Amino acid sequence: MNLRSRMAVWMGKGLVTATRMAGRGGTTLPGAVARKVAPDLLRTLAAQPREGVVAVTGTNGKTTTAKMLSSICEAAGWGVAHNRAGANLIAGLTTALIQAADWKGRIDQSVGLLEIDEATMPRACQEVRPKVAVVTNFFRDQLDRFGELEHTVDLVARGLAHLAPGGRAVLNADDPNCARLGTRPGAEPLYYGLEVEGAGSGSASQAADARHCVQCGHPYEYAALYYAHLGQYRCPNCGHRRPKPQVYIDRLWDVDALGSSFRLVSLEGACEVRLQIPGLYNVYNALAAAAGAVALGLPLPAIRQGLEATTSQFGRMERITIDDRQVFMALVKNPAGFDSVIQTVMQAESRKNLVIAINDRYADGTDVSWLWDVDFEALAGHQDEINFIICTGRRAEDMAVRLKYAGIDVAKLSIEKDPGAAVKQGLRYIQSGDLLYILPTYTAMLQIRDLIARKGHTKKYWEV
Amino acid sequence: MERPRIHIGWLYPEYMNLYGDRGNIIVLTQRSRWHGLDPEVTQVRMGESADFARFDLLVIGGGQDREQALVAEDFVRVKARPLAEAIEDGLAVLAVCGGYQMLGKYFKTHTGELIRFSGILDLWTEAGRERMIGNCVIESDLFEGTRTIVGFENHSGRTYLGKGLRPLGRVLKGYGNNGADRTEGVVYKSTVGTYLLIQRALDRRYGGQVKIGALNDDLEMRAHEAIIARFGK
Repeated sequence: MNLRSRMAVWMGKGLVTATRMAGRGGTTLPGAVARKVAPDLLRTLAAQPREGVVAVTGTNGKTTTAKMLSSICEAAGWGVAHNRAGANLIAGLTTALIQAADWKGRIDQSVGLLEIDEATMPRACQEVRPKVAVVTNFFRDQLDRFGELEHTVDLVARGLAHLAPGGRAVLNADDPNCARLGTRPGAEPLYYGLEVEGAGSGSASQAADARHCVQCGHPYEYAALYYAHLGQYRCPNCGHRRPKPQVYIDRLWDVDALGSSFRLVSLEGACEVRLQIPGLYNVYNALAAAAGAVALGLPLPAIRQGLEATTSQFGRMERITIDDRQVFMALVKNPAGFDSVIQTVMQAESRKNLVIAINDRYADGTDVSWLWDVDFEALAGHQDEINFIICTGRRAEDMAVRLKYAGIDVAKLSIEKDPGAAVKQGLRYIQSGDLLYILPTYTAMLQIRDLIARKGHTKKYWEV
Repeated sequence: MERPRIHIGWLYPEYMNLYGDRGNIIVLTQRSRWHGLDPEVTQVRMGESADFARFDLLVIGGGQDREQALVAEDFVRVKARPLAEAIEDGLAVLAVCGGYQMLGKYFKTHTGELIRFSGILDLWTEAGRERMIGNCVIESDLFEGTRTIVGFENHSGRTYLGKGLRPLGRVLKGYGNNGADRTEGVVYKSTVGTYLLIQRALDRRYGGQVKIGALNDDLEMRAHEAIIARFGK
């Protein structure tokens, strides 16, 4: 490593320490500054891990999938350099590897694990040349930022063109937009998918984004439909169909509010896994992580151990106790994800007390019209179980309007613009032993998490 | 007494459905119910012939370039002529984004591909390099007296209105039709075309036989005022 790069690492490390002492996460700035000093820094650092770099991208489940894959690598005895704070733009990736490096700029960890924003894929892959790229799915998400879904798929495809020689694209066979990335020239695809009968909703929800053939535009026929547009599809017009997955789940049981059990099959064999995180979409995340691990050549016992050791990421879906009250917080950022969260909330037997926090900053998506694609009508169908819903955040009023039109009794709605105040209010309104659900968008989650961290109830987020 | 029926058509819901377009259907049906009407929504899909005159109201949503190209042939061949007649006859139409563009003569995509429509209205659209994205506030006289309309726009198409066509309103904040002439949308008879995902429905009386009263719009107005406070003026 040349002197310039080494200086950039020192500077970056210094800034990480300084920003932390100032009480900030410091996940982006150090990398941005270090890149000014040594524009090649990310490339230099990413070339070091012995087992190469794994990229994780896609609309939903990036952070959770990366966390699971990290846990699998650790179970296999590998050290992992991982942007676990979730800063997934180019500066965030650089910061993560600076943190992983020693003062001489050397990275000892066996593998680099980078969650990468879809729009950052082309540039990030050019610099880090991943050995494996895991793509989770494509849903409509932050269209204000990415433009149309087609464009997002194309950005990821451009990233996949820059995999390391012999690299593998690990693709969700059940998502037509994701699977079609495997037909492009370049990396040899490894497909994963569900081969379970009777799992999931059985009907395409409003959040479905690829109900039509990605080749000819004709509506798909589904032999099985698991979640949104994910399933076993086939186009009756041109014959485009789901590729056969090499890594799959063929049995699923004990799916409840605490987790799910499944049988995982790869070329090597099969094993049973008990996942500690609820929701079918987390089964998909686990499957994506397992397939990524298979592409890295990791054995099934490590995969099983790593998946079973993974617990919820704070804010993504976690239960915490504040005084004698239970709080359940789940990040919401697009219709498919929000639908899954609503289903998880409705599974619980207790009375429903909710705080929904909608911001419209850049990281949340500045367009809030996606709220009209969320199936809040499902919530209204359980009107009697709802105690109150406090709408908060910069678009609190829009959220309240959406709930009104979903058929929620206006008497149960209230607006408190400040997320911190809304959470405190929610805690005041419930009784000892009750559960408060907090459903925030990304920046609202950071606000609420800071509040809870100040009360000393959880780790600061860069320690997660 | 039987509730008066209101028949809402939804054109190409399977293709032209993006960015919460479903929201306009939800709003229209719910407000109809609250007004004491009995709403019925009929989807008009690709390949189906349509007698648009039987609808009281028609909604056309937005679609990606790809979807627009897919429906264009069917639209021109099967739907455009009866729709043009119904519009002349005063059918209330809410056409948003891609649906709005479809009422015009053509859409030229950023790759130079020309998607031809049939020019029900004298307007046309050409894609620009930069997408026009963000919150938008316009001023309109559509509602008997000037008032503001807020919404979110996200389009690469620049739409230009032919001579004699009235815009829905004038842009106070945002881009509007083309980012240049400060107009937004179009109004022709009872047809409204717009790039805004308008969050309040247009209430309309049918032939004066059914009178509708005022609804409690406190929440809706709070949402409206919050955006005006941030972006208006």
